Amino acid sequence: MVRIDDRIRRIDAIEKASGKAKYLCDISLDGMLYARMVRSTIARGRIVSINVPPLPEGYYFVTADDIPEGCANSLWMIAKDWRCFASGDVRYVGETIGLLVGPSLAVLKALEESVRIEYEEMEAAISIDDAIAVKGGPILEKDDIHCSLTSQKGGDIDQILSGAAQIVEETIETGFQEHVHLETNAAICTIEDGRYTFYISCQCPFYVRKSVAGLLGLRPEDIRVKQTTTGGAFGGKEHFPDVLAGPLLVAEHKIRKPIKLVFDREEDMIYSVKRHPSKIVLKTGLDSEGNILGSDIRVYYNCGAYLSSSYVVLQRGVFHANGVYNFPATRIRGYGMATNTFPSDAFRGFGAPQTLFAIETHLDHIAAKLKVDPVEYKRRYFLRQGDETVTEGHIVEKVVLEEMLNQVAEKSGYFRKAAEYRRGSGRGIGMSFYNHGGAFTGNGEQSIIKAHLRLVKDGDRFTILCGQTEMGQGFRTILRKIVASVLEVDMDDIVYDNPDTDLVPDSGPTAASRSTMIVGRLAEEAAMQMKERMSEEHVEIETEYKHPEGHPWDQDTFKGDAYLGYGWGCACVEVEVDKLTNEVKVVGIWSSHDIGRAIDELIVHGQVNGGIVQSLGYASMEKMENRGGHFRQTSMSDYVVPTSMDFPRQEWGLVDNPYEWGPFGAKGMGELVFNGADAAYIDALERALDVTITRIPMPVEDIEGARA
Amino acid sequence: MIEFVLNGRQVRFSGNPLTRLIDVLREDFGLTGTKEGCGEGECGACSVLRNGKLTTSCLIPVGAVCGDEIVTIEGLRETEQGKCLIDCFAEAGAVQCGFCIPGMVMAAQALLLCNSHPDEDDVRLAISGNICRCTGYDLIVDAIIMASEKGAGLW
Repeated sequence: MVRIDDRIRRIDAIEKASGKAKYLCDISLDGMLYARMVRSTIARGRIVSINVPPLPEGYYFVTADDIPEGCANSLWMIAKDWRCFASGDVRYVGETIGLLVGPSLAVLKALEESVRIEYEEMEAAISIDDAIAVKGGPILEKDDIHCSLTSQKGGDIDQILSGAAQIVEETIETGFQEHVHLETNAAICTIEDGRYTFYISCQCPFYVRKSVAGLLGLRPEDIRVKQTTTGGAFGGKEHFPDVLAGPLLVAEHKIRKPIKLVFDREEDMIYSVKRHPSKIVLKTGLDSEGNILGSDIRVYYNCGAYLSSSYVVLQRGVFHANGVYNFPATRIRGYGMATNTFPSDAFRGFGAPQTLFAIETHLDHIAAKLKVDPVEYKRRYFLRQGDETVTEGHIVEKVVLEEMLNQVAEKSGYFRKAAEYRRGSGRGIGMSFYNHGGAFTGNGEQSIIKAHLRLVKDGDRFTILCGQTEMGQGFRTILRKIVASVLEVDMDDIVYDNPDTDLVPDSGPTAASRSTMIVGRLAEEAAMQMKERMSEEHVEIETEYKHPEGHPWDQDTFKGDAYLGYGWGCACVEVEVDKLTNEVKVVGIWSSHDIGRAIDELIVHGQVNGGIVQSLGYASMEKMENRGGHFRQTSMSDYVVPTSMDFPRQEWGLVDNPYEWGPFGAKGMGELVFNGADAAYIDALERALDVTITRIPMPVEDIEGARA
Repeated sequence: MIEFVLNGRQVRFSGNPLTRLIDVLREDFGLTGTKEGCGEGECGACSVLRNGKLTTSCLIPVGAVCGDEIVTIEGLRETEQGKCLIDCFAEAGAVQCGFCIPGMVMAAQALLLCNSHPDEDDVRLAISGNICRCTGYDLIVDAIIMASEKGAGLW
């Protein structure tokens, strides 16, 4: 029998560590063919001609022309604008033009080299500034704005700022970030029992079938999707697997043999979605004592050529743009810009990290101007329960930021060190505060997702049926533990396999830090009902999400309680910098998080460590540049992610603040832990070198430029 | 014909000697525990032991291992040392997505073979060629130190 506080082992640890787990690349089917993508090599232009060399027997080149007549050449993500195959024109480097299919991968690679595509090139818009200037003419119908929204609270911000004693204005920019999940994107499409069937490394199997069904004029339920053991995702396998699945389905329709497509690392690096680069213009008005009167913030995200999920990413960015603070007034205007870069998409944090980094860094800069300690300055504005949010809703839960700050300050010695380390002395300590709204915004869980979960009892075995995927975050263990704890049975009595869309109800995507909070709750409820019926031999219970009453949300105006439960965080980073070479050594990392209550402390520990290291990589070394539409970092040699030597052991803690509507009081946490260490690192670096930094990443080689 | 010892067994490979070792292991011998993460020796997911030394199998042609002794995760997991390491990885919470972990276990084995009582710095150095994007490494370090303690005498 397992209890929720027990230390347990992950259900998948041994099979993964011993090399027995089968990832997509490890699967072979009889008579299987391989595929290679043929992609656009220019950022924008018209396709004049496609010349394919004579194909050997058994080889195929599949394009938009193979989509049956009357069916749309589009992938249905949130929008339907992303084309399965480019046709007529290309809009970014790496856009899929065709799929080469055949029995030998080596032959396919040689064929790929000899496909000749002639273009009539057009001037491309690559950066946010290019898009604002509509460089090369509109990418969309009339301009380069995919989407926009405004949130505000308090009085008229223009009036407030015009009456301010002092205005602090600056622009903060963040770069692309590549997911670098160790398992690259991969999928197999085949026909089983007369039905199109996918084996695929993905976060959201139901997204895949919905996205591609229309290519053949099918309904989503006509297609079967089986998630395979997924070697990391971080958002990179939320919608992007659709971009592999679409062409594969069209090819399968034509060829009718199993076809396997596995990206190599270079393809996964330069021809996949990234975190949205951002440009955030902040203008804050202060009174004569330095108190904040209000802030006016413009947020620009580089969305790339297609919208995919960018509007939702932008919304989250806007809703998090005031950070964990209650300003008397604010206006946040967000713009999702269309450019000719590879489309940006979901990445752990989903739009929140960019604006959170901007507001934290902005407040650090204001505090430095006022010559007050940034932490003392920020804590004056900490959100509390009942405070109004930027969506005219309220903070529903108890906020314990002070407790978290105290926990971190005590362990790190922050206040002593902050006073002792002179600015520019080469030593610095920085602290940041952040949050992450759990689950879909507003009532989206009820109105859009309509999550379902089924729990089936067969004798002494209990099977959990839902669409949530394991991608490394531990959910196969977490969900079993919730059910086993309620039922007071062993973990081994619970069955919960990788989802197969034919067998499980749709419980929504594995994204948005919603799995534990929402689907975990459905499992807890199902288990509680099951517990009343333990004497019966066969029982099936299905639970459905219901949004708590009294928390309205208007999806048209974006007004109301955007999130009922936020995760909250405080991170502290200490650095020593060699003032001659600018080499940075991180000497301490401390954090505290409010995640309601941990379902499994060891899994949470791993998430905290990993999320913080990913965030520190984002702030420091993970530089991904785009020149003329081409990503310049093409491999793990030049796009550098943190190794075991780059950051020291972390000290971490949690605060206990059970969440009313979560299983055992748990809230979302997978993204939260990414959302703040970047700002703490930059804060520490600025203090150590007495510089002002307004962009990340800030690798060592760029620090000299920031000094100037 | 290339002959070498694979997981304690004499084997032969008659294909192109320039074939990457990783492809021979995965495709010809069906040993899929060795993973390809980058194909250029940067991530360590394809790590195997070659005569007891850690080697990235994506960088060497099979012709180069003629007469050598190669151990993959499939071989290591059958040994007491391998069982201890895998058990400690599970116990310490070191496994998340798992794709890098077989390579990490090989790196840990290579370390313990030459240093049976490593400290944290030794461990961090030993796994610095193995990229993990999930864990932030702390719990992997814990797992390896745990193995060196629990498995005292094995190495």
